[in-house]
Amino acid sequence: MMAMSRSYPVAVEAGQVAAFRRAVGELEASPEPGAIAPPTFLMAADLFDPEYQRRPRAGQDWPGGGNTREGGGAGFHAEQTFTYHRHPRAGEALTATVRPGRRWEKAGRRGGQLLFTETLTDFTDEAGELVATASFVSVGTERKPEA
Amino acid sequence: MRAADEFSSVVVRDLNRTHLVMYAAASGDFHPVHHDDTVANSMGFPSVFAHGMLTMGLTGRFVEEVVGRGMLTRYGARLVAQVWPGDTLTTTITVTSIDDGIAELALRTVNQDGLEVLAGHAAARVS
Repeated sequence: MMAMSRSYPVAVEAGQVAAFRRAVGELEASPEPGAIAPPTFLMAADLFDPEYQRRPRAGQDWPGGGNTREGGGAGFHAEQTFTYHRHPRAGEALTATVRPGRRWEKAGRRGGQLLFTETLTDFTDEAGELVATASFVSVGTERKPEA
Repeated sequence: MRAADEFSSVVVRDLNRTHLVMYAAASGDFHPVHHDDTVANSMGFPSVFAHGMLTMGLTGRFVEEVVGRGMLTRYGARLVAQVWPGDTLTTTITVTSIDDGIAELALRTVNQDGLEVLAGHAAARVS
């Protein structure tokens, strides 16, 4: 599953920034050119990720009866950290570069091993400067190899 | 802002399914366990529950309000427990230190029963 890094373009759009602000409780936010994106806005870069799993895809089953597709649907999102060099603004064109991070195990509270997997995404601006890095940590129960 | 200062606020009152749908559309995360009770039930959950990133987003909006837009240099969170429709969440920010113009913050978001749902940390520039 861990592959080399991959990149995709991310447009920071004023309407999306406002929609995101409303969704996190700033109900009267309205679209403004140049508006500073809220702290967790870069989660919405998933809208631009061609490999993102948590949306319906043409020609593929979408879970409606309890099945989640392998990949993005597997495991729980346990931790997330953003490191900001600066905050993106509406109107910017960023590039997201996804790369594997750390992997570690921890004993679960109910026994068994929990497997933590980190995915890092670097967001750079049009000048190639690093804007922010997102660390996404998912946790799953370690699967023993099937006999 | 000084070390040991504390800031507290309700970040969402009586969370409902409209909040979840708004967050799904804003973030692009359309996992049905967050908006479709039939799917949530079939996965063994009593109902839909909030995206962990919605809890982090609601918490982050209050942190941003306290430190000012564009001032955060780091924001991290562990999603400790699920958040359900009907929940009211309260975030408490504690300033743990201020050094060289950077405030370190400890973050905690609890539900109406006092159960911790998010444990976080942040750093912000202060003037």
